[in-house]
Amino acid sequence: MSKIIATRAIRGAHKLVTRAEKELNQSLQDKGPETRVEFPNTAYYLPLSHGMLGKNIDTLAGLQDLLEEAKKLLPPLPEEKLWVPYLGHTLDAGMAALFADEIIEAVKYTQTPLPYGTEPNPDDEHLWLGAANDVIMRERGIEFVDGSAPGFAACVGYCSTNEIAVKIARELQEKNLYVFMSAATKGRSMAQQLREEGIQMGWETRLVPFGSDVTATVHALGFATRAALSFGGAQPGDFQRLLRYNKNRVFAFVLALGPVDDEKHAQAAGAINFGFPTISETDIDQILPSGICTYEHVVSPFPLDRIVAKAIEVRGLKIAITKVPVPVPYGPAFQGERIRKEDMFVELGGQYQPGFEFLASKELEEVEDGKIEVIGPEIDQVEEGTQIPIGIWVEVAGREMQPDFEPILERQIHDFINCANGVFHMGQRDINWIRVGKEAKSKGFKFSHFGSIVHAKLHGEFGKIADKVQVKIFTQEKDILELRDYARKVYKQRDERLADLTDEAVDTFYSCLLCQSFAPNHVCIITPERSGLCGAYNWLDGKAAFQINPTGPNQPVKKGKVLDAQKGQWQTVNEYVYNNSHKNLEIFNAYSIIEFPMTSCGCFECISGLLPSTNGIMTVYRDFTEMTPSGMKFSTLAGTVGGGMQTPGFIGHSKQYIGSKKFISAESGAQRIVWMNKALKEELAPILNSVGKQAGIEDFVDKIADETVAVSEEEVLEYIMQKGHPAPSLPPLF
Amino acid sequence: MDKKSIDSTVNQLLEKTAEQGVETIWDRADQQKARCGFGEQGLCCRLCYMGPCRINPKGKSPQKGVCGATAEVIVARNFARMIAAGTAAHSDHGREVVHTLLLAAESPESGYTIKDVNKLRKVAQTLGVEIRDRTKEEIAKDVAERAMSNFGRQEGELDFIKRAPQKRQALWKSLGITPRGIDREIVEMMHRTNMGVDHDYRNIMRQASRTALADGWGGSMLATELQDILFGTPSPLRGQVNLGVLEEKEVNIVVHGHEPVLSEMLVEATQDKELLDLAKSQGAEGINLAGICCTANEILLRHGLPIAGNVLQQELSMSTGAVEAMIVDVQCIMPSLPEVSRLFHTELYTTSPKGRMENVKFFPFSEKGALHTAKEIVKAAVLNYKNRGEVNIPQEKMDLIAGFSHEAINYMLGGSFRGSYTPLNDNIINGRIRGVAGVVGCCNPKVVHDQGHVSLVEELIANDILVVQTGCSAIACAKAGFMVPESAEKYAGKGLAEVCTAVGMPPVLHSGSCVDNSRILIALTEMVRAGGLGEDISDLPVAGAAPEWMSEKAIAIGHYFVSSGVFTTFGIGLPVTGSEVFSSHIFGEFEKIYGGMWAAETEPKKMASKMIEHINNKRSALGIDKEKKRVLYDMEMRRELKV
Repeated sequence: MSKIIATRAIRGAHKLVTRAEKELNQSLQDKGPETRVEFPNTAYYLPLSHGMLGKNIDTLAGLQDLLEEAKKLLPPLPEEKLWVPYLGHTLDAGMAALFADEIIEAVKYTQTPLPYGTEPNPDDEHLWLGAANDVIMRERGIEFVDGSAPGFAACVGYCSTNEIAVKIARELQEKNLYVFMSAATKGRSMAQQLREEGIQMGWETRLVPFGSDVTATVHALGFATRAALSFGGAQPGDFQRLLRYNKNRVFAFVLALGPVDDEKHAQAAGAINFGFPTISETDIDQILPSGICTYEHVVSPFPLDRIVAKAIEVRGLKIAITKVPVPVPYGPAFQGERIRKEDMFVELGGQYQPGFEFLASKELEEVEDGKIEVIGPEIDQVEEGTQIPIGIWVEVAGREMQPDFEPILERQIHDFINCANGVFHMGQRDINWIRVGKEAKSKGFKFSHFGSIVHAKLHGEFGKIADKVQVKIFTQEKDILELRDYARKVYKQRDERLADLTDEAVDTFYSCLLCQSFAPNHVCIITPERSGLCGAYNWLDGKAAFQINPTGPNQPVKKGKVLDAQKGQWQTVNEYVYNNSHKNLEIFNAYSIIEFPMTSCGCFECISGLLPSTNGIMTVYRDFTEMTPSGMKFSTLAGTVGGGMQTPGFIGHSKQYIGSKKFISAESGAQRIVWMNKALKEELAPILNSVGKQAGIEDFVDKIADETVAVSEEEVLEYIMQKGHPAPSLPPLF
Repeated sequence: MDKKSIDSTVNQLLEKTAEQGVETIWDRADQQKARCGFGEQGLCCRLCYMGPCRINPKGKSPQKGVCGATAEVIVARNFARMIAAGTAAHSDHGREVVHTLLLAAESPESGYTIKDVNKLRKVAQTLGVEIRDRTKEEIAKDVAERAMSNFGRQEGELDFIKRAPQKRQALWKSLGITPRGIDREIVEMMHRTNMGVDHDYRNIMRQASRTALADGWGGSMLATELQDILFGTPSPLRGQVNLGVLEEKEVNIVVHGHEPVLSEMLVEATQDKELLDLAKSQGAEGINLAGICCTANEILLRHGLPIAGNVLQQELSMSTGAVEAMIVDVQCIMPSLPEVSRLFHTELYTTSPKGRMENVKFFPFSEKGALHTAKEIVKAAVLNYKNRGEVNIPQEKMDLIAGFSHEAINYMLGGSFRGSYTPLNDNIINGRIRGVAGVVGCCNPKVVHDQGHVSLVEELIANDILVVQTGCSAIACAKAGFMVPESAEKYAGKGLAEVCTAVGMPPVLHSGSCVDNSRILIALTEMVRAGGLGEDISDLPVAGAAPEWMSEKAIAIGHYFVSSGVFTTFGIGLPVTGSEVFSSHIFGEFEKIYGGMWAAETEPKKMASKMIEHINNKRSALGIDKEKKRVLYDMEMRRELKV
């Protein structure tokens, strides 16, 4: 009977609110009401209260408000007999519990030392990571939008054995789900079990230990809240949209491992508000009728060996996974794995040995599908701890295959191989570097499996263009050097072809509407000289994607009549943007930051914005979390620029676009850049210098300020005047 | 003696009434046993004094009235006039409430205040009244004035019409039956059924629909909405029902009638410390305010105060000898009450200038200073305690949960953050709940008291149909124990029980008094809005019933449900069967016009079967009659989902 669940959840909420009050009062007494409270580097304040109630809490005093809201929501316990309806009450109790969690967690962040690690991955000192910062949220949240991560499993409690904990983690990872761990039971938690088993955790492997306290569960729901705010178009306080977004887009659920106490019941009730059901190992009763969640709300008891499959069914999630025939777990969650030298069995390519990977299109009759050859020693013929050369030679045939798609498919090899658990891949072309771990080797992983992976994934993801795939793996230096020379020639030809590919040289651009699911009016126009603002799609990708899925988010857009060559305005493009922005944008300039600039969804790699007094612009990369001279941090800027609105003076763009001849060419291009965050500036130094050189400026990079020399606009101006930056002498920006 | 009721308190007390010299409704019903067959079938016309005329129902002469009116014209006029009268009753109640809201806004000394500001704002929005930065009194004043304009409006349409599903509004418009002003529709109905005006039964019924809609979406809805603003929107609470709620050692005051404008003040007065002290000084342990009929429902829903019984129990409540005072206002009050009261110490007070009785004390209530009047009445009742004679209170009483307003249902199904009708729709779509039925209306001594309500509802919930109730029907089923949450496991089908258990609700929801049938209209509209069950009320797997109706108000209610697209079945019989032509119009042709129609069925089990059959048909029309496989969503499919 669900009344048991209701009673326990409501009781748990009461306990948590009482605890929050006590801890808040203590903290107020010790530190005073004006003490700042914040989760690290986020523009979303305390996300639950910000999202649900529209509150911008940044002091202990603000937490008192939230406590009052939590108290208001607390319902009475259901009576033994003649009870009044308790479902609504239970859900309110769940929300009250989450508010109490947020108060308790926020108070923790006023402590020194911080109880949480500050890096995206745990280290020896800190297992628990606490709230994710906005950089992580943007990077990871986008995976929830494009579907590469369908959702997350909030795991509370611990498994009966470490072995089971590892098995569940692997199973979730293989299904591309994030694993958010919190709420230890009697000091035991799943995250600790994984650590004991030496499993690599952190955001990169999607195994995220939030905190041992039950209240740390709020970081999972806080993450969901921020996803809806930043990608779901929900405004702070618009809880209806926010929760509906989570119910219909973020396919998350709670796994209750081991005993479930009142406080954990309250978390489950909180999660149900988001449409996230709970599946419990122990018998806590059930709530089966649907309504708030897509299907069941609480299912129990369910044995751990089948709990993941059950949870996915209960949440109503379909996970399309290409079965890859390798003896190790496989999935994007393993992409972020590192293999330390001590754990490595063999290293291929990299710094010390030659290597390359190459993909060529062939005629159908030239390719025998599924043929995988290893030419040279296999893994069991090499010694542990050695380094050997590597050549991966892939041949693809298909009726729709074109030479233009070769580099696109070739670039996938990195992602494909990296998804194998215990295998690490870096680089591409002739700078590839692979490590195979001892554990993978002991499970039977062979070099031939590189081929199996590439074959299976090309069929799985590019089935529309790849009909036949065969792979040769070379492990002898002689062959490799010879083939690498050939490959290098082709790489060069491809680069030249791409360099020749200008906006003027084509009559068709490609759109990208992928992000309309969260920024409904945003339209990306991808031209040969301006890649998508997320950096993930260039013009060729758009062309290939259209070929693969003609009704998909990438559509050809004819340029039509040139309306303004300098600003990059074309008649048919305007029409396309107008129709597909739901008649919100009438005019679109591809090359201007000032006049009808391109809109942004929210996935941009970089943001550029005017610094008016300098007559120039600043450009900041999304990893940079400190203050910029615009007076806004990246997260705040992102909020201003994103969401599909034209924001004159600001654009979101890819890193690559900075090096393009068409980078804000309507406003004299990259020589306008007066400030960049240092890491970005250093990375792009060669490109920037060559851009400068073309405009007759020597050592252009040195003239650009960064955070080490200027954090305010005045300081930027002072710096560039002193360095003789070209921007002040360019025509006025407006 | 045959059993008059399935309620044992009734049978117990009736055994005594004869020796007490009390004449009850059942005695008089026996005396009226051979009822006029023409009247019962609607064939008697008294509209002019060339008659009265009657039509021979067996096809023999006469087949026309003196004026030439055929059976269908006579039946249609009579039926339409019942609708006009019912609409007038609800709407005049509504007018009283609007007046009270104005009073609350303008004169704090009236004792009336605005309790539900949220609802005030919502209603203000619908009525187009500005909210920004204004006090609740300022908003309330405009709301009341705007609401009042709905009565006398000559053109345009009633404000609440726009709450109905778009498709329904369009249908009304295309039929030319969107109500303009409440009073106007009633007047026009009376005019058209006057001697020698409208002789096309279809045309008469179109105006009848327009009039009935002016009740459901007009007068009744205004009454409900503004009562909620004034006295609070009901939410689930505990209560007790049946004559056993009368207290042996307390001053019992029974309030009977319809308008909470009266009872709310009595509630306050009975909690007055001075009066409570006075009661103690008279040897009573307290003051017990209990209700009969719809006033009972009003004070139950807002205060959890006990219900002594439904309309047929009004005389019996006095025959317990334990009622110090009975206070009545309007509607369903039997003229026999003074006679019964005189046999006991009970003081009977009328309070509405519209409803007086000869030789009965009248406390005018609509004046300012209502609380003062209420206190006076309570004081008189308290002072009457010492005059009690023999007391004979039946033991029977039953617990219940009541208070299922539209807002409460919305909250109940998802709390403050996820409140909506989606869980209801979801579980109708997945088949746990087959459909929803509204079972409402009066009691009628022509049949065994309460049996029609109870047997019908028992059958419906066993077949996984969620039942929403109002009025005396609700009281009947509360007495039967259907409104305790535990009854889900006991009486409901497996699927419905599962949902009830998940929500913590009983399978039968008490939504209020008879004007509160407007809550059901809103609930139906909300079901349409929540999605997945079609685009109009007529697409929903729902049905309505009034198994023991007797009042003209019931006909008005039935007709506004039918005109809103609901299959509505009445027990006892309907005064239309004298004309086959007219019967086939409202029992058949209506379905094609309105998507809803009338039906008559005396047998409760058969009535249930008809309703279930109708609901099943709607389910198959919606394509939800077959078991659905669980859909698993990939990213593409998730993108299709509305955010």
